[in-house]
Amino acid sequence: MDLTLKIWRQENAAAKGRFETYKVTNISPDCSFLEMLDILNQQMIENQITLPVCFDNDCREGICGMCGLYINGRPHGPDKGVTTCQLHMRKFKNGDTIVIEPWRARPFPVIKDLVVDRSAFDKIIEAGGYISVSTGGVPDANSIPVPKKKADVAMDAAACIGCGACVASCKNASAMLFVSAKVSHFANLPQGKVEAKERVKNMVAKMDELGFGNCTNTGACEAECPKEISISHIARMNREFFAAKIL
Amino acid sequence: MSNVFTFSIGRKLIMSLMGLFLCAFLLVHLGINLLLIFCDTTEPFNIAANFMASNVVIKVFEIGLFGGILLHIIYAVILTIKNWFARTVGYKVGNNQQTSFFSKYMVHTASIIGIFLILHLMDFYVKAKFLGGATSVTYEDGKTFHDLGALVIARFHIGWVVMVYIVALLGLGFHLIHGFQSAFQTIGLNHPVYTPIIKGLGLFYSVVVAAGFMAIPIVVYFFK
Ligand code: HEM
Ligand code: FES
Repeated sequence: MDLTLKIWRQENAAAKGRFETYKVTNISPDCSFLEMLDILNQQMIENQITLPVCFDNDCREGICGMCGLYINGRPHGPDKGVTTCQLHMRKFKNGDTIVIEPWRARPFPVIKDLVVDRSAFDKIIEAGGYISVSTGGVPDANSIPVPKKKADVAMDAAACIGCGACVASCKNASAMLFVSAKVSHFANLPQGKVEAKERVKNMVAKMDELGFGNCTNTGACEAECPKEISISHIARMNREFFAAKIL
Repeated sequence: MSNVFTFSIGRKLIMSLMGLFLCAFLLVHLGINLLLIFCDTTEPFNIAANFMASNVVIKVFEIGLFGGILLHIIYAVILTIKNWFARTVGYKVGNNQQTSFFSKYMVHTASIIGIFLILHLMDFYVKAKFLGGATSVTYEDGKTFHDLGALVIARFHIGWVVMVYIVALLGLGFHLIHGFQSAFQTIGLNHPVYTPIIKGLGLFYSVVVAAGFMAIPIVVYFFK
């Protein structure tokens, strides 16, 4: 496959960025999207054209959540339920032009090229996305009974890898799907119940403080989430929040 | 409870509750207005409208209604401005492909409703209440009423007024298709069985309200 790439280039956080156009040829349809970018960077290094394109990645198997790229107007590209590293070039056609942008949200500033600073998510987790218990010996499995239904909901929520596609896809740059996945995950488990009220209040307060937008229930996040997390978790977080603040 | 409305979710709660309150109001409003086109005379409409304008309980609701609209608008403006600030640098290819259609245009449809609301209130509410724009009419039992029906019918014989109402009501319908079901999600009601029913109900409600209100100026213009 031969492709034209329009890629956002930005030297550093303070620099003014711009789109640059590059060509790649002979790309195998079995390449992953990141491998295609590796090939592009290889060319750049060998031919000493420009500095290689910076992009985030780590696991390359859809579990770390590092590889968020905004591809042709969609986070993680055109495929459903996958991260950019799991996206195959066979989803594109020979001769296609692909526009690659970083996540755009004020709380996610661009550091370089396609890499954004997602530490805003870490700050939200620090505000309450954990259970405070003293560590000790590993408890026996099933020593705390959890109903199957609740365990399933908690497990679905726990699938969130914190990639930020929800924020990137949301027209309001809202982080509600991410925050609700964390809140919902813990609220459904007996271990998490103890601190549920404080958790939801603190995490929502932090989310607001960091400048994420407000959810208007557009549904874009659940459609674009590589882990297909449902906005029913947002409704659950709202319930948890009202219960904590009002009741 | 104290500072719940300084939180994004608290503000959305106010918006959604006020929105649903407005939805309930629209049904009552529509029911009374339809008397105009389903009855041969304007008498039933005048009696109902005068009752609404004079009853004490309704007066309390009226204050609630204006307060509700105001709160809905104030929080809508705050949320929208905050949302603009949440993404100051946009995408080159940012076409929101997965964003539900009507949710993209809530600010636009809301602006249409907002402008219309002012015109509409000036047209009837202010005219009848403060400017003495309605004549009096006496029915057989000797009671005298403001002839609001005549006022409405006179207005709806003007072509551009009818056009304005049709455009505004399309805006309202589109606002409600997203708004009705969105309010339930905001309140925290999401359920694998009931949510699709609520969405269907919202669509039905929006069509009935928009088409019902639209029928009034159209029928009056052509047939009354
Ligand atoms: C009869 C009049 C109106 C009714 C029945 C109504 C109803 C609703 C409902 C039910 C919602 C969903 C609330 C939520 O999900 O939290 C909503 C949202 C909204 N309304 Fe209204 N509304 C009306 C008028 C207005 C006006 C006059 C404005 C502003 C000038 C406005 C601006 C908005 C905005 C910006 C939203 C949020 C958009 C979103 O959630 O995507 N509305 N409305
Ligand atoms: S690189 Fe880890 S999810 Fe893509």
